Amino acid sequence: MAVIEVAAEAQRPTLARRIWNSFSIILTSRVATVGMALASFWIIIGLISVFWTPYSATATQFDQNLPPNSTNWLGTDHMGRDILSRLMQGTQVILLKTRLPWGNISIPGGVALWGVFGSMALGSILGLNAGYRGGWIDQIIMQVLDALIAFPQIVLYLVMITALGQGDLIVIMAITIIGAPGVARLARSLALDIKTRDYIRAAETRGESPWYIMFLEILPNARGPLLVDAMLRVGYAIFAIGTLGFLGIGLPPPDPDWGNMVNEARRNIFTNQWAVIWPAVAIATLVIGLNLFADGLREELSRYQK
Amino acid sequence: MDKTKKMRNRDDAPVIRIHDLAVAYKVRGGEIEAVQNVSFDIYRGETQGIVGESGCGKSTVAWAIVNFLGANGYVKRGSIKFMGQDLVGKKGEDLRRLRGDQIAMVYQDPMQALNPSMRLGDQLKEVLTVHRGLSESKASKHCIEMLERVYMPDAANVMNRYPHQISGGQQQRVVIAMALLNNPALLIMDEPTTALDVTVEAAVLDLIAELRRDFDTAIMYISHNLGVVARVSTRVGVMYAGEMVERATVEEIYKNPQHPYTQGLIRCVPKLGSDKSSSILYPIRGRVPPPDNRPSGCIFAPRCDYVQELCREDRPRLRQIPSGSWVACHFTEEIDPDQWEPPEDLVLPDISVREGNGKAVLEVKGLKKYYQVPGSSLKDVLGLKKPSLVKAVEDATFSVPKGKTLGIVGESGCGKSTLVKTIIGLEDSTAGEATFLGFDITKDLSARDQQLIKELQMVFQNPDSTMNPSFTVGQQIARPMHLFKTVPKKQVRQEVIKLLRAMRLGANYYDRIPRQLSGGEKQRVGIARALASHPEVVLCDEPVSALDVSVQAAILNLLLEVQSEFGTTLLFIAHDLSVVRYFSDYVAVMYLGQIVEIGPAEAIYKPPYHPYTEALLSAVPIPDPSAKQKHIRLEGTVPSSMNPPQGCRFHTRCPRREMLADPEICLTLPPWRDVSGDHRIFCHHSLETLSQFDPVITTT
Repeated sequence: MAVIEVAAEAQRPTLARRIWNSFSIILTSRVATVGMALASFWIIIGLISVFWTPYSATATQFDQNLPPNSTNWLGTDHMGRDILSRLMQGTQVILLKTRLPWGNISIPGGVALWGVFGSMALGSILGLNAGYRGGWIDQIIMQVLDALIAFPQIVLYLVMITALGQGDLIVIMAITIIGAPGVARLARSLALDIKTRDYIRAAETRGESPWYIMFLEILPNARGPLLVDAMLRVGYAIFAIGTLGFLGIGLPPPDPDWGNMVNEARRNIFTNQWAVIWPAVAIATLVIGLNLFADGLREELSRYQK
Repeated sequence: MDKTKKMRNRDDAPVIRIHDLAVAYKVRGGEIEAVQNVSFDIYRGETQGIVGESGCGKSTVAWAIVNFLGANGYVKRGSIKFMGQDLVGKKGEDLRRLRGDQIAMVYQDPMQALNPSMRLGDQLKEVLTVHRGLSESKASKHCIEMLERVYMPDAANVMNRYPHQISGGQQQRVVIAMALLNNPALLIMDEPTTALDVTVEAAVLDLIAELRRDFDTAIMYISHNLGVVARVSTRVGVMYAGEMVERATVEEIYKNPQHPYTQGLIRCVPKLGSDKSSSILYPIRGRVPPPDNRPSGCIFAPRCDYVQELCREDRPRLRQIPSGSWVACHFTEEIDPDQWEPPEDLVLPDISVREGNGKAVLEVKGLKKYYQVPGSSLKDVLGLKKPSLVKAVEDATFSVPKGKTLGIVGESGCGKSTLVKTIIGLEDSTAGEATFLGFDITKDLSARDQQLIKELQMVFQNPDSTMNPSFTVGQQIARPMHLFKTVPKKQVRQEVIKLLRAMRLGANYYDRIPRQLSGGEKQRVGIARALASHPEVVLCDEPVSALDVSVQAAILNLLLEVQSEFGTTLLFIAHDLSVVRYFSDYVAVMYLGQIVEIGPAEAIYKPPYHPYTEALLSAVPIPDPSAKQKHIRLEGTVPSSMNPPQGCRFHTRCPRREMLADPEICLTLPPWRDVSGDHRIFCHHSLETLSQFDPVITTT
């Protein structure tokens, strides 16, 4: 009893301090602070849109192709829908919710986040096995992944989506498979470095299983670079979703999708430029924000280690 | 006599005079004074040794001289006068000329000092063509002369080679030759032999001493090793936590140390004296204060045995005492090191020779470990040619009784680590027998039972990588207990804390993460982790070689204590013969994968010796300038273990080979000569001949 209390007391301040420490690392870098501000702006917008948007995002209740004005702050599109509302709700599918094909259910976490999570998980498993076990396992895994990298990404996306059909889960799967080789390469190089350390020898002399060594001895020490990479990949994923939307094979309606918004407004670009500019700006700021955040974080983390 | 000669030498102006130097680094939220209160001067033909533990500011002083302090470092106080001119604040072209022409520096790792993509000759010639404007051919001639001067075999040929094509010792010779090409007035050497093997180191140290006499250069020699400094220096400055605490001639420092820190330092270095009991180590308590948190009084006060009120309040300055030494201590005159008694709370291990009657725990017979090396020719790639073999361990035979320590010594690449890896099961063996408590251990870990794995544990060399940075101390020590279920789940925490206490770490270490620990503390946790499953045998792979001497002594004593408490059997790998002697009951000497001599620790250090043991012993730097050591230097380099010499592997370099009536006999495997009891020597010489050798080390 007494022992448990001591343990709990010792844990509490360290956790709070650890959170504060990681936060102060972000604030020391100007680049990371700006990046974090941009990214959190969109997250907050998305959270608001869950409960409130100025108008319905799907209702065609205004005149078509209006420029920004006092009723529709960002104007309306070719079907007379409020662009601001559509933009706000468009954040949800990317960052906040994933629509499952069974019934009308959504799970938290956007398509970009789940996609990156998937590629991280798959990539780490493959990369750690290749790096730690080495030998012919390494050869086979890396040859297959290199072959995958050799294809242009957009071709892979097209092939996968035309073969499997549209849908949030399909896009997540596509992002997972296309992102995994890059993650695997990174995880492999980290594993190659970390497996030479003495604590890995110590685990081996204890007779630990390879899976324990890979996931509990190596992975926690590789998490820094992997997290930064994940951050960058969320940016790429958003970009990819935008591209797919533009090609008309992105996230399915009814939820508005930024890439799709650009695609539809493109046809009226000579009458109404605003409908193209707004979603494009949204994609750009979110991607730039995540990139800056990841860059700043990487710089600060590596400086911290010195 | 000797002293007056030195005094006369110091008549003219010094080459460099450093007075009251303080160097500070700007860091996040303020600045740190890394070096304070350092003054010394070096005259022509003198070697000023600077000793101290890691992080005490030795290298910072050297960098301050050549203004290499980096973007955030600067000289805060004091002056550096080089041949009369002030160096502080010198910049640009002036500084560049000075560094090239007058001051030269030799660093620790020769591989990093040489450009791997340039031929050695081009790198050497550049010094002369750039700084002195010599023509190519003249410079080339000059360089070859200089290479010959540093005893580089086949000098003209070396000019055309790349750095990776010559050995480490030869690389360091090239760096030294390069430093001497412009005949500098001041030569700064920062741990130039630390990365080298002991026999190579001995030869380089001989060279440095000789060059000082011939070139009449002033040398500043930085080292953490008291033995090395004793061998090359004429004067020694001792640094502690950024301050110079004592400065004197080399004889005075070692015979009559004045500062309590110097005294403590000498007490915690293992000596190769005449008997084992003289080699008890007394660690200095506490640890070096971090530079941003130094005491306001005497910096050594928290660790000093003679501390008084005044020491805590007032920082002593360097002052000269009648014997001629300079000391930064208030009470030097009142301190008599002969009266020193170990503090009562210091637990000293019992190192008296224990009677060996225990049963052998570990028995190894004819153990071999060969590695396959893939070649690069077309035949190799297609698998048509037999892959070549590295014979890392050849016919190792020994047994270790319960509760005893076997020390394994040898230079790098002699196979001692491979031997231990094979025993613990990180590698499987190629041939031979190895049994542990009657169980076969020739296979690797995957083929071993968990109960067997539990009984064999290991302590690693590098304190910084021995612990997983992501887990707390408690989690890491508890892991073997969970894994092997040696302790019921609920008691694991108490058991870990008990172990931590045994390692002299408090219960509050349980929740710390490795980043918050010092090197010595990490090593203690590493030992605790190895002991957590109560193993029968612990293998120690150079557990103290990366630690400072004062910490090293504490860890060695701790290991000995653990051994007597738990009855653990230890295998102890080291390259330092003096540490092994203090620590081991039995010693095995290895050369190129072969055990050449094995026996009780005492017997190894007395004749009869194997010729290689003799050479090793004569190369060990001894922290006592008055000790006499036989001068034996091995020629050439260690042959490749891919193609080791036939017969006795040592015969290509053996200094005693010519004494044999028929030197050709060395091409056959020598017989094992039983000296007495367990002491065996693997040599063609008869025991009578070997016994006639004089002892290598004689202390007066």
